[in-house]
Amino acid sequence: MNGLLDREMEKAHETNDTDALLRIEHLSVIFNKQEVLRDLNLTIQRGQTIAIIGESGCGKTVFMKTLVGLIRPTEGRVLFDNRSLSETSPTDLAKIRRRFGFVFQNAALFDSMTIFDNIAFPLHQHEVASASDVRERVMKRLSEVGLSKDVAKKYPAELSGGMRKRVGLARALILKPELVVYDEPTTGLDPIMSDVINELILDTRRRYPVTSVVVTHDMHTARKVADRVLMLYPRRRLRDGESQVLFDGPPSDLEHAADRRVRQFVRGEAGERLSEMAEGD
Amino acid sequence: MSEPLAETAQPVPRGSRGLQEGAAEPGVFVLWITSWGSAVVDGVSTVGDIAIFAHRMCVWMFTRLPRRGTILINFYQVGVLSLPVVALTGTFIGMVLAVQSFYQFHEIGLENRLGAVINMSLVRELGPVLAATMLAGRVGSAMAAVLGTMRVTEQIDALTTMGADPIHYLVVPRFLACILLIPALTIMADFMGIVGGYFYSVIILGIDHAAYLHNSREFVGGFDLFSGIFKSIFFGGIIAIVSCYQGFNCEAGAEGVGKAATSAFVYSFVMILAIDLFLNIGLDAVYYAFYPQGSSIL
Repeated sequence: MNGLLDREMEKAHETNDTDALLRIEHLSVIFNKQEVLRDLNLTIQRGQTIAIIGESGCGKTVFMKTLVGLIRPTEGRVLFDNRSLSETSPTDLAKIRRRFGFVFQNAALFDSMTIFDNIAFPLHQHEVASASDVRERVMKRLSEVGLSKDVAKKYPAELSGGMRKRVGLARALILKPELVVYDEPTTGLDPIMSDVINELILDTRRRYPVTSVVVTHDMHTARKVADRVLMLYPRRRLRDGESQVLFDGPPSDLEHAADRRVRQFVRGEAGERLSEMAEGD
Repeated sequence: MSEPLAETAQPVPRGSRGLQEGAAEPGVFVLWITSWGSAVVDGVSTVGDIAIFAHRMCVWMFTRLPRRGTILINFYQVGVLSLPVVALTGTFIGMVLAVQSFYQFHEIGLENRLGAVINMSLVRELGPVLAATMLAGRVGSAMAAVLGTMRVTEQIDALTTMGADPIHYLVVPRFLACILLIPALTIMADFMGIVGGYFYSVIILGIDHAAYLHNSREFVGGFDLFSGIFKSIFFGGIIAIVSCYQGFNCEAGAEGVGKAATSAFVYSFVMILAIDLFLNIGLDAVYYAFYPQGSSIL
């Protein structure tokens, strides 16, 4: 009887939350006995752009890789469109991944392939388009990220860091994904190129109905592209019983956050960190 | 939900604190036992990891073949590009065998039997092991370095996020190239070794041409040739699995890639020799089951 009631409640909960594309429930990840993420709960609505910020070592990258099923959670689950990724078979997971786009920090382009083949890879992998269609779609994505047709014949080693990132974005968008995850999209770029990437993230959002997760420690990017910011804090530095999420709200509230550590991070102030580090952090 | 997790997460610091505050420090013997235990556990778990890796690769191999493009490029790199070096080393090893054996056999007046000794050693042992060693050095290290770089630069993660299984896409074509082409490389090493041995024995050392050939034909049989080629298939398989595993589990940075490439060669070579021993024992048992009278060169 109770089980029936639970299922009914669960169903009601799911129908109430149809706008949620991603639900993270009690997510914990432990590596070699070291706890990186602990009991995270989060719902990301369709169409939302959420920035995950935090200092190095706070678990941003692990969190992001867990979101797309690259890392299996030690506890809890990640639900994409109400389907748990860790309980899905590898074949079904590969099909679900058609709906993801992932922009890697250093683009992660395949060195042995031309730019054209790199961008066309997801289309070939899922066999969704004819040869002429593939060509048309690749060229369209290239022009959308501001790259000329000549780039298509080149190899990744021949491109600059900014160009590689834009190719990475074009590849992530080729299957018109519902969820795009950006890993440190502006790290290592000059201010102008950083802003070009920010504009491209906004442009992508205008052009396609995507939900975006941007992992960054660049506050300019977080403020410019996100409509919600989540700040994670390293587990080892938290006090007992404290949540790992120090801030969850609109970017405009960051400056006035109640927690001093959030304000410090946003302003880029070291505070007493140097003395803490000297004591062994 | 968080309570049981707290229990799993806490023991490490609590335990270490207890150790510092505790009255007795562990003795040297305890530490020695602990380090041996940890090495054994690591070794066993690595073997288990490699077995799971090989199993996943076998499942993919029989489920869906990789695309022709990925197969052809690997066949070219493993087979065609390895031919010259295998042929060259094969020639030298044939000549070296002639140089090494001649004086001993000459002392007892059996230099005419040199053809049998050289060619038997080549087709049964040196040809396959030499081809496998060259493959491990030339192709195995390169595989580990390429896959290691792909791991470090997140290209393997990129494959996964785009719905491609990295084992299917990267390992299966390399494995197929190794097991299907190493017999050809072995035949090439055998052939060039035979040519090199003949050249040095007959042309340089002046052994009688007819006696050399007669002894070769008399003592080296089809089973000897078969056993060498049969063994090479296992060598090819182990090179591909060990090298790809090392690449997939590469540690970060340039040092990690270098370590993966070196480990790929060292572990492949050790495994080749270990497998060679057991295959020889097995093949000898089969040989004597079919030919109980055996054969003797002398």
